[in-house]
Amino acid sequence: MLKKLITSALTAGFGAGLIMAVLQITLLSPLILEAEEYESGRKFHYAGVVQEVAPDHNDSHSAMAHAAEPAPAPAESWASRSARTALSTTLTALGYAFVLVAVFGLAARSGIKVTARSGILWGLAGFGAVILAPSLGLPPELPASAAAPLQERQLWWLGTVVASTAGIAAIAFGKNWALWGAGIALLALPHIIGAPHPAAFGGVVPPEMQGEFVGLSIGVSAISWAVLGLFGGYMWARQEP
Amino acid sequence: MNTATKTASTADTGLAAIVFTAFIGVSIIFMTGFASSQTIHDFEHDTRHATGFPCH
Repeated sequence: MLKKLITSALTAGFGAGLIMAVLQITLLSPLILEAEEYESGRKFHYAGVVQEVAPDHNDSHSAMAHAAEPAPAPAESWASRSARTALSTTLTALGYAFVLVAVFGLAARSGIKVTARSGILWGLAGFGAVILAPSLGLPPELPASAAAPLQERQLWWLGTVVASTAGIAAIAFGKNWALWGAGIALLALPHIIGAPHPAAFGGVVPPEMQGEFVGLSIGVSAISWAVLGLFGGYMWARQEP
Repeated sequence: MNTATKTASTADTGLAAIVFTAFIGVSIIFMTGFASSQTIHDFEHDTRHATGFPCH
Protein backbone atom coordinates (compact mmCIF):
# COMPACT_ATOMS: atom_id res chain seq x y z
CA MET A 1 0.00 0.00 0.00
CA LEU A 2 2.76 2.40 0.95
CA LYS A 3 4.60 1.68 -2.30
CA LYS A 4 1.46 2.44 -4.29
CA LEU A 5 0.94 5.70 -2.42
CA ILE A 6 4.54 6.84 -2.78
CA THR A 7 4.97 5.93 -6.46
CA SER A 8 1.67 7.62 -7.36
CA ALA A 9 2.59 10.73 -5.39
CA LEU A 10 6.07 10.96 -6.91
CA THR A 11 4.75 10.50 -10.45
CA ALA A 12 2.06 13.13 -9.95
CA GLY A 13 4.38 15.54 -8.13
CA PHE A 14 7.26 15.41 -10.60
CA GLY A 15 4.96 15.34 -13.66
CA ALA A 16 2.80 18.25 -12.56
CA GLY A 17 5.81 20.04 -11.07
CA LEU A 18 7.55 20.05 -14.44
CA ILE A 19 4.53 21.47 -16.26
CA MET A 20 3.92 23.95 -13.44
CA ALA A 21 7.55 25.08 -13.57
CA VAL A 22 7.47 25.70 -17.34
CA LEU A 23 4.21 27.66 -17.08
CA GLN A 24 5.42 29.60 -14.08
CA ILE A 25 8.76 30.55 -15.61
CA THR A 26 7.25 31.60 -18.93
CA LEU A 27 4.01 33.24 -17.73
CA LEU A 28 4.33 34.33 -14.12
CA SER A 29 8.00 34.99 -13.39
CA PRO A 30 8.27 37.88 -15.91
CA LEU A 31 5.44 39.65 -14.08
CA ILE A 32 7.04 39.00 -10.67
CA LEU A 33 10.36 40.36 -11.91
CA GLU A 34 8.74 43.46 -13.34
CA ALA A 35 6.75 43.98 -10.13
CA GLU A 36 10.01 43.91 -8.21
CA GLU A 37 11.20 46.82 -10.30
CA TYR A 38 8.23 48.80 -9.02
CA GLU A 39 8.91 47.49 -5.52
CA SER A 40 12.52 48.66 -5.62
CA GLY A 41 11.46 52.04 -7.00
CA ARG A 42 13.32 51.62 -10.26
CA LYS A 43 10.01 51.96 -12.06
CA PHE A 44 6.89 53.70 -10.91
CA HIS A 45 3.52 54.28 -12.43
CA TYR A 46 1.72 57.53 -12.01
CA ALA A 47 -1.15 59.11 -13.92
CA GLY A 48 -1.05 56.31 -16.44
CA VAL A 49 2.42 57.13 -17.68
CA VAL A 50 5.21 54.59 -17.39
CA GLN A 51 8.22 56.38 -16.00
CA GLU A 52 11.61 55.29 -14.90
CA VAL A 53 13.52 56.93 -12.09
CA ALA A 54 17.25 57.54 -12.02
CA PRO A 55 18.40 55.15 -14.75
CA ASP A 56 20.42 52.29 -13.33
CA HIS A 57 24.17 52.35 -13.86
CA ASN A 58 23.99 49.34 -16.15
CA ASP A 59 20.78 50.20 -17.93
CA SER A 60 20.47 53.06 -20.38
CA HIS A 61 17.27 51.96 -22.14
CA SER A 62 14.54 54.52 -22.51
CA ALA A 63 11.35 54.00 -20.54
CA MET A 64 9.39 53.07 -23.65
CA ALA A 65 11.93 50.59 -24.96
CA HIS A 66 12.21 49.13 -21.52
CA ALA A 67 8.49 48.63 -21.14
CA ALA A 68 8.45 46.47 -24.25
CA GLU A 69 11.16 44.15 -23.01
CA PRO A 70 11.05 41.48 -20.35
CA ALA A 71 12.44 42.95 -17.15
CA PRO A 72 16.02 41.91 -16.37
CA ALA A 73 16.69 40.35 -13.01
CA PRO A 74 18.65 42.84 -10.97
CA ALA A 75 20.91 40.66 -8.86
CA GLU A 76 20.30 37.03 -9.83
CA SER A 77 20.66 35.69 -13.36
CA TRP A 78 17.57 34.52 -15.21
CA ALA A 79 18.91 30.97 -15.36
CA SER A 80 19.64 30.80 -11.67
CA ARG A 81 16.29 32.27 -10.69
CA SER A 82 14.48 29.93 -13.08
CA ALA A 83 16.28 26.92 -11.69
CA ARG A 84 15.25 28.00 -8.20
CA THR A 85 11.67 28.47 -9.39
CA ALA A 86 11.65 25.04 -11.03
CA LEU A 87 12.90 23.42 -7.83
CA SER A 88 10.54 25.23 -5.47
CA THR A 89 7.59 24.66 -7.80
CA THR A 90 8.33 20.95 -8.01
CA LEU A 91 8.55 20.76 -4.23
CA THR A 92 5.17 22.46 -3.90
CA ALA A 93 3.65 20.10 -6.48
CA LEU A 94 5.09 17.14 -4.56
CA GLY A 95 3.47 18.41 -1.37
CA TYR A 96 0.09 18.68 -3.09
CA ALA A 97 0.61 15.27 -4.71
CA PHE A 98 1.28 13.45 -1.43
CA VAL A 99 -1.88 14.88 0.12
CA LEU A 100 -3.98 14.19 -2.99
CA VAL A 101 -2.78 10.59 -3.20
CA ALA A 102 -3.42 10.09 0.53
CA VAL A 103 -7.00 11.14 -0.23
CA PHE A 104 -7.07 8.53 -3.05
CA GLY A 105 -6.12 6.03 -0.34
CA LEU A 106 -9.02 7.15 1.85
CA ALA A 107 -11.34 6.90 -1.15
CA ALA A 108 -10.13 3.33 -1.79
CA ARG A 109 -11.01 2.44 1.79
CA SER A 110 -14.56 3.56 1.02
CA GLY A 111 -14.61 1.44 -2.13
CA ILE A 112 -14.15 4.34 -4.56
CA LYS A 113 -11.91 3.53 -7.52
CA VAL A 114 -9.71 6.39 -8.74
CA THR A 115 -8.55 6.28 -12.37
CA ALA A 116 -6.67 8.68 -14.64
CA ARG A 117 -10.02 10.08 -15.82
CA SER A 118 -11.61 10.51 -12.43
CA GLY A 119 -8.21 11.67 -11.14
CA ILE A 120 -8.67 14.85 -13.17
CA LEU A 121 -11.89 15.54 -11.25
CA TRP A 122 -10.14 14.84 -7.94
CA GLY A 123 -7.37 17.22 -8.99
CA LEU A 124 -9.86 19.92 -9.94
CA ALA A 125 -11.61 19.49 -6.58
CA GLY A 126 -8.21 20.05 -4.96
CA PHE A 127 -7.77 23.16 -7.10
CA GLY A 128 -11.18 24.38 -5.91
CA ALA A 129 -10.31 23.89 -2.24
CA VAL A 130 -6.65 24.94 -2.20
CA ILE A 131 -6.48 27.65 -4.89
CA LEU A 132 -9.89 28.91 -5.97
CA ALA A 133 -11.58 29.22 -2.57
CA PRO A 134 -8.74 31.20 -0.92
CA SER A 135 -8.42 33.32 -4.10
CA LEU A 136 -11.95 34.63 -3.60
CA GLY A 137 -10.76 36.43 -0.48
CA LEU A 138 -7.01 36.70 -0.98
CA PRO A 139 -6.23 36.68 -4.70
CA PRO A 140 -2.63 35.83 -5.63
CA GLU A 141 -0.51 38.95 -5.22
CA LEU A 142 2.49 40.37 -6.97
CA PRO A 143 5.35 41.52 -4.75
CA ALA A 144 4.83 45.03 -3.27
CA SER A 145 1.05 44.65 -2.93
CA ALA A 146 -0.70 46.25 0.02
CA ALA A 147 -1.94 43.50 2.33
CA ALA A 148 -3.04 42.73 5.89
CA PRO A 149 -0.50 41.28 8.39
CA LEU A 150 0.97 38.00 7.13
CA GLN A 151 -0.12 35.80 10.05
CA GLU A 152 -3.76 36.90 9.78
CA ARG A 153 -3.73 36.05 6.09
CA GLN A 154 -2.03 32.68 6.65
CA LEU A 155 -4.61 31.78 9.29
CA TRP A 156 -7.51 32.73 7.02
CA TRP A 157 -5.93 30.86 4.11
CA LEU A 158 -5.50 27.69 6.19
CA GLY A 159 -9.02 27.86 7.62
CA THR A 160 -10.46 28.43 4.16
CA VAL A 161 -8.63 25.44 2.67
CA VAL A 162 -9.76 23.13 5.52
CA ALA A 163 -13.40 24.33 5.44
CA SER A 164 -13.56 24.21 1.63
CA THR A 165 -12.09 20.70 1.49
CA ALA A 166 -14.68 19.48 3.99
CA GLY A 167 -17.42 21.37 2.12
CA ILE A 168 -16.52 19.91 -1.29
CA ALA A 169 -16.30 16.41 0.21
CA ALA A 170 -19.71 16.80 1.86
CA ILE A 171 -21.27 17.90 -1.44
CA ALA A 172 -19.51 15.23 -3.50
CA PHE A 173 -20.17 12.28 -1.21
CA GLY A 174 -23.19 13.39 0.81
CA LYS A 175 -26.39 11.53 0.06
CA ASN A 176 -28.93 13.89 1.56
CA TRP A 177 -29.80 17.55 1.83
CA ALA A 178 -28.46 17.85 5.37
CA LEU A 179 -24.93 17.03 4.16
CA TRP A 180 -25.25 19.09 0.98
CA GLY A 181 -26.46 22.02 3.07
CA ALA A 182 -23.57 21.58 5.48
CA GLY A 183 -21.20 21.49 2.50
CA ILE A 184 -22.55 24.74 1.12
CA ALA A 185 -22.32 26.33 4.57
CA LEU A 186 -18.70 25.20 4.95
CA LEU A 187 -17.82 26.61 1.53
CA ALA A 188 -19.48 29.93 2.34
CA LEU A 189 -18.30 30.32 5.95
CA PRO A 190 -14.75 31.67 5.31
CA HIS A 191 -16.17 34.31 2.97
CA ILE A 192 -18.89 35.30 5.43
CA ILE A 193 -16.16 35.74 8.06
CA GLY A 194 -14.19 37.61 5.41
CA ALA A 195 -10.51 37.63 4.47
CA PRO A 196 -8.21 40.06 6.26
CA HIS A 197 -7.55 43.17 4.17
CA PRO A 198 -5.50 46.27 4.86
CA ALA A 199 -7.33 49.44 5.96
CA ALA A 200 -6.39 51.07 2.68
CA PHE A 201 -4.88 49.86 -0.59
CA GLY A 202 -1.78 51.63 -1.82
CA GLY A 203 0.31 49.12 -3.75
CA VAL A 204 2.95 50.50 -6.10
CA VAL A 205 2.42 47.89 -8.84
CA PRO A 206 0.00 48.90 -11.64
CA PRO A 207 -3.43 47.27 -11.15
CA GLU A 208 -3.39 46.06 -14.77
CA MET A 209 -0.33 43.92 -14.02
CA GLN A 210 -1.94 42.67 -10.84
CA GLY A 211 -5.07 41.64 -12.76
CA GLU A 212 -3.07 39.84 -15.40
CA PHE A 213 -1.11 38.05 -12.69
CA VAL A 214 -4.21 36.87 -10.84
CA GLY A 215 -5.80 35.47 -14.00
CA LEU A 216 -2.62 33.71 -15.09
CA SER A 217 -1.85 32.39 -11.64
CA ILE A 218 -5.29 30.83 -11.14
CA GLY A 219 -5.20 29.42 -14.67
CA VAL A 220 -1.76 27.88 -14.21
CA SER A 221 -2.90 26.36 -10.91
CA ALA A 222 -6.01 24.86 -12.52
CA ILE A 223 -3.87 23.20 -15.19
CA SER A 224 -1.35 22.01 -12.60
CA TRP A 225 -3.99 20.45 -10.36
CA ALA A 226 -5.73 18.74 -13.29
CA VAL A 227 -2.38 17.25 -14.34
CA LEU A 228 -1.65 16.30 -10.73
CA GLY A 229 -4.90 14.32 -10.59
CA LEU A 230 -4.38 12.82 -14.05
CA PHE A 231 -0.86 11.51 -13.36
CA GLY A 232 -1.68 10.48 -9.80
CA GLY A 233 -4.84 8.67 -10.88
CA TYR A 234 -3.05 6.97 -13.77
CA MET A 235 -0.31 5.53 -11.53
CA TRP A 236 -2.85 4.74 -8.83
CA ALA A 237 -5.08 2.70 -11.16
CA ARG A 238 -2.12 0.79 -12.66
CA GLN A 239 -1.02 -0.76 -9.38
CA GLU A 240 -2.38 -3.50 -7.18
CA PRO A 241 -3.26 -2.36 -3.67
CA MET B 1 -23.07 -5.75 -8.56
CA ASN B 2 -19.61 -7.18 -8.31
CA THR B 3 -18.41 -4.22 -6.28
CA ALA B 4 -18.57 -6.23 -3.07
CA THR B 5 -15.43 -8.19 -3.89
CA LYS B 6 -13.65 -5.10 -5.18
CA THR B 7 -14.55 -3.23 -2.01
CA ALA B 8 -13.20 -6.06 0.09
CA SER B 9 -9.86 -6.00 -1.69
CA THR B 10 -9.44 -2.22 -1.73
CA ALA B 11 -10.69 -1.57 1.78
CA ASP B 12 -7.75 -3.26 3.48
CA THR B 13 -5.49 -0.41 2.44
CA GLY B 14 -3.34 0.55 5.33
CA LEU B 15 -4.57 3.56 7.20
CA ALA B 16 -1.11 4.08 8.68
CA ALA B 17 0.42 4.34 5.20
CA ILE B 18 -2.24 6.87 4.22
CA VAL B 19 -1.64 8.99 7.30
CA PHE B 20 2.12 8.82 6.70
CA THR B 21 1.71 9.95 3.07
CA ALA B 22 -0.55 12.81 4.08
CA PHE B 23 1.94 13.83 6.77
CA ILE B 24 4.77 14.04 4.20
CA GLY B 25 2.56 16.15 1.93
CA VAL B 26 1.45 18.54 4.65
CA SER B 27 5.06 18.90 5.87
CA ILE B 28 6.26 19.81 2.37
CA ILE B 29 3.39 22.27 1.89
CA PHE B 30 4.13 23.86 5.27
CA MET B 31 7.77 24.26 4.33
CA THR B 32 7.19 25.59 0.82
CA GLY B 33 4.22 27.78 1.64
CA PHE B 34 4.39 28.85 5.26
CA ALA B 35 7.80 28.48 6.93
CA SER B 36 8.97 31.93 7.95
CA SER B 37 12.72 31.23 7.91
CA GLN B 38 14.33 33.92 5.75
CA THR B 39 16.30 31.39 3.68
CA ILE B 40 13.25 29.26 2.93
CA HIS B 41 11.16 32.36 2.25
CA ASP B 42 13.69 33.72 -0.23
CA PHE B 43 14.02 30.36 -1.95
CA GLU B 44 10.27 29.84 -2.23
CA HIS B 45 9.39 33.51 -2.77
CA ASP B 46 8.32 33.37 -6.43
CA THR B 47 6.36 30.14 -6.03
CA ARG B 48 4.52 31.48 -3.00
CA HIS B 49 3.39 34.45 -5.04
CA ALA B 50 2.58 32.38 -8.11
CA THR B 51 0.47 29.80 -6.29
CA GLY B 52 -1.39 32.23 -4.05
CA PHE B 53 0.19 31.46 -0.67
CA PRO B 54 0.08 34.52 1.57
CA CYS B 55 3.54 36.11 1.24
CA HIS B 56 5.40 39.13 2.75
